[in-house]
Amino acid sequence: MDINQLESAGPVSSMGTAIATGNPFPVKIECRDVKVFYGAKQALKSVDIDIRENQVTAFIGPSGCGKSTFLRCLNRMNDTVASARVSGSIKIGGDDIYDPRIDVVQLRARVGMVFQKPNPFPKSIYENIIYGPRIHGIAKSKADFDIIVERSLRGAGLWDEVKDRLNESGTGLSGGQQQRLCIARAIAVSPEVILMDEPCSALDPIATAHVESLIDELRANFTIVIVTHNMQQAARVSQRTAFFHLGTLVEEDDTAAIFTNPRDERTQGYITGRYG
Amino acid sequence: MGNDHIVRSYDEELNRLTGLLARMGGLVEAELAGAIEAVSSRDAELATRTVRSDARVDELEREIGEQVVRVMALRQPVASDLRLVLGSLRIAGDLERSADYAKNVAKRAVALSQLPVLRPVHAIPRMGAVVREMLKDVLDAFAARDVAKAVAVWNRDEELDEMHGSLFRELVTYMMEDPRNITGSTHLLFIAKNIERIGDHATNIAETIHYLVKGVPLAGERPKGDGTSFSTVGAEGAQ
Repeated sequence: MDINQLESAGPVSSMGTAIATGNPFPVKIECRDVKVFYGAKQALKSVDIDIRENQVTAFIGPSGCGKSTFLRCLNRMNDTVASARVSGSIKIGGDDIYDPRIDVVQLRARVGMVFQKPNPFPKSIYENIIYGPRIHGIAKSKADFDIIVERSLRGAGLWDEVKDRLNESGTGLSGGQQQRLCIARAIAVSPEVILMDEPCSALDPIATAHVESLIDELRANFTIVIVTHNMQQAARVSQRTAFFHLGTLVEEDDTAAIFTNPRDERTQGYITGRYG
Repeated sequence: MGNDHIVRSYDEELNRLTGLLARMGGLVEAELAGAIEAVSSRDAELATRTVRSDARVDELEREIGEQVVRVMALRQPVASDLRLVLGSLRIAGDLERSADYAKNVAKRAVALSQLPVLRPVHAIPRMGAVVREMLKDVLDAFAARDVAKAVAVWNRDEELDEMHGSLFRELVTYMMEDPRNITGSTHLLFIAKNIERIGDHATNIAETIHYLVKGVPLAGERPKGDGTSFSTVGAEGAQ
């Protein structure tokens, strides 16, 4: 198929259908006309999407398609890139996160992030968890920290494995345990949204299954956005899937619809392995 | 659909699947043609050969089932590939049932060849011609992923149903006229019913083609031309 020709077809948005079919999950993140430039180069072309509460939304697409760039807009990670410029509107829970009055540190407490490679601090498991709550002033007493540590580790499905060695270094855990520790660290500050950038790509299949199972449990309390190269993972863990290609949000729909009957030829070509 | 997969062996596996289906379809067409010919030419030997040929169709259905399981397990097909793989499995099932009906027609051809000729038997080759064309068209539609052609087959089933209904009434009247016609007429009724059922399977295949190409089921109620389930031939006919 001729990708260039299809390029002009523009995005297929399903927001209308989501409302028409009565999607019961309220909109958590509302993005309108979001564009990202790195210097003169436009990395993301006018993205409109509603990300819903207590759902897992997966971003898929080939390398360089803009999915990670867009994910990083959602907690203003792109602020750290000097040449990056973001325009348009992103509202989380109704708050415009690019409003100059927004405290970015507070924003990142509301919108946590888990990265591709597990990156625990070179500190004890306990210290890893309480780092965020301490700097955000969420808790002060030892008793409060103890509660947060147990709750976070339980939430990440790690408590039983590490409860007897909370003072050992987080870097001594296995890869899968380290990633779950990072998830525990992310949920310790009780965020509303968790962004995950390829959270399983450095993990073996068993550790991946544990993290996927955890993601499914976490959506009861959080809104989750996950970027993944693994399409089967997107199919397994998400309720909504958004496909990006060449900086464009091509299609966003129920995950089951994307993987059985995508509406756009480009999505079809990508998920069936016809081009990448 | 036209594009190739990045992984060439995936295309080869899907091509093997559609190739098996094409062969199976060809065999079912031949089996059906043999069965109808055996009825109209009262050829018991052709009928017996036709009955025996059914085993190969069953074998191909098993091969297709295995290939489907293999592709599902190794490739985890999605979207149009998934619909093709599942559609192939369903089409193989419809073809296998069609072949069974053809086999049954052939078996009855053996019995009919030993009975006196019944006038209404002339309707069988006419019905047979329609159902053979439906089967051929629907297999061509699958090979070409031609939805319009599949829908045409789907609509054509009404014609076959009407022929079946009309033969049904004719045969009931015939049996009332002379009880000695009952054995032969009953065989003919079953033959007509079997042919009519093959038409239903061809329409199933047409629906599957619609789904595997478009991703949505064929909408709407199919026109029905067969009222035999409700028909009675009035008692006045017997007087």
